[in-house]
Amino acid sequence: MTKPRLSKAVFWTTIAFLFLPLVVLMVFSFNEGRTMVWKGFSFRWYESLFLHQPRLWAAVSNTLIVAFTSSILATVIGTLGAIAIHWYRFKAKAYVQAMSFLPLILPEIIIGVSLLIFFRMIGMPLSLWTIVIAHTSFTMPFVLLMVTARLGEFDNSIIEAARDLGARESQTLFRVILPIAVPGIFAGFLTAFTLSLEDFVVTFFVTGSGSDTLPIFIYNQIKRKLPPEINAFSVVLIGVTVFLLFFARRSIKYFVQRK
Amino acid sequence: MSGNTDSRVGTTYSLPLTLWISLFFVVPMAIVFLYSFLTRDVGGGVRWEFNLDAYAAIFKQTSSGQFIYLDILWYTLWMAVAATVLTILVALPCAYYIARTKNNTLLLFLVIIPFWVNFMIRIYAWVAILGQSGILNEGLMALGLIKEPVQFLFNDYAVLLVLVYTNLPFAILPLFTTIEKFDFGLLEAARDLGATHMGSLRKVMLPNIQGGIITAVLFTFIPIFGTFAVPDVMGDSNTYMLGQLITSKLKMTGDYPGASSLSVLILILTAGGLILYTAFQRKQEKDKMVTIAEDAL
Repeated sequence: MTKPRLSKAVFWTTIAFLFLPLVVLMVFSFNEGRTMVWKGFSFRWYESLFLHQPRLWAAVSNTLIVAFTSSILATVIGTLGAIAIHWYRFKAKAYVQAMSFLPLILPEIIIGVSLLIFFRMIGMPLSLWTIVIAHTSFTMPFVLLMVTARLGEFDNSIIEAARDLGARESQTLFRVILPIAVPGIFAGFLTAFTLSLEDFVVTFFVTGSGSDTLPIFIYNQIKRKLPPEINAFSVVLIGVTVFLLFFARRSIKYFVQRK
Repeated sequence: MSGNTDSRVGTTYSLPLTLWISLFFVVPMAIVFLYSFLTRDVGGGVRWEFNLDAYAAIFKQTSSGQFIYLDILWYTLWMAVAATVLTILVALPCAYYIARTKNNTLLLFLVIIPFWVNFMIRIYAWVAILGQSGILNEGLMALGLIKEPVQFLFNDYAVLLVLVYTNLPFAILPLFTTIEKFDFGLLEAARDLGATHMGSLRKVMLPNIQGGIITAVLFTFIPIFGTFAVPDVMGDSNTYMLGQLITSKLKMTGDYPGASSLSVLILILTAGGLILYTAFQRKQEKDKMVTIAEDAL
């Protein structure tokens, strides 16, 4: 068997390319100077990040409010929808399946444009709420997809068994269906949450004044001159993400082992 | 196995989803479709006069015979093709290498980790590298290679670089999943029969992983039609991509019918891509059936 030497070289070059921006941010977050010229090691931007950047923290808080609210909404509605699609008959099934698949493939800008025009038409002022609605709309299909994939591993017999044993509909839902769907629900929630944190395009259209999320805040700053605190902030963000993912993996393992 | 039971319960469970999707996806899309046939009004509104003006505007020419929108569309298409080709060319060997490595979880993680950092921060990092007072210019000047800072930003190459950067994982992952399923024994067989290494990759592996390549192409190609932030931050302010055009119509000039007709255009292009995709998959299945039938004979 030939050793994939060329592909190995391409792979590690690509990894270097992918990590380059992160390394640059990390190194220059400790720079004494304001610019990309190394002036000596310092924590001054970390200090100033926590003391002198209230608008950045306001954007962080907006981002978290939107991400939590929209991903919880998307998870609840998406999970119920997935259960209905997988196990039950209902009238609009084909319509719901088709229409909830579309947002997965359409360029995001279409969702942003259509919701902005819609909100303007019904006279709804742009605020955090319009962002929550928009995020719920484009993340819900992902929850639906992931919960459906999980439910696909089980057939009808477990519901029938629950019924035969005299379970009421609510008991079937809470004691049988939801527990087996947990891994899918969890994956769906995490996906919805990350997509919401990340989103720029859709948010850009439906954000109002004072409701800027983090990507919007950074975008507005890039257009002028970014404060050096952004480097330090990126490093904090990477740290928090790595910690949370580690934590998420642990809890997923916990859920899986308990079963 | 699905769909036996009480449809009342099913309706209850599906009701929130049905309502949400209808109100916040189907209705807004219908409004966009409707608006694309209306007349633009002053002050960012619309007048209820039906016509095809917003679509005709796509083909409008300047007095010097230049197509404004078609040029933007053409430019977007060109950038999308270039970015997709570059992305696939890099992603293919990467996915191949990951698939051929035994403990590949770590390698997959390495591909995904950079994407835990916010999309906007990643774009900003490239500005910090390529900008006039960026690290590249400072480094080159410190080495005495250049005297004056060079403008690496605000051109097509900067846009392509960041488009490839942001799209790579979305191409590597689907390619990896198909290549992983590929039977590498077939490559050895081809080589035993006298094929060169590259020849066996091209003639034996490539046809077998076409599905993954097409998925990767779709994941890269379609989003570029709506992309806005990357060309806006990295690109020349004199050249617009389709996403920027729609944004300026909506946010600056208040031309709702114009933004709507362009959105419908993107919708049609996306639908076209998907139809080609499913047609291709059908053809592949048919080909497979034919091969099986021939083998049986």
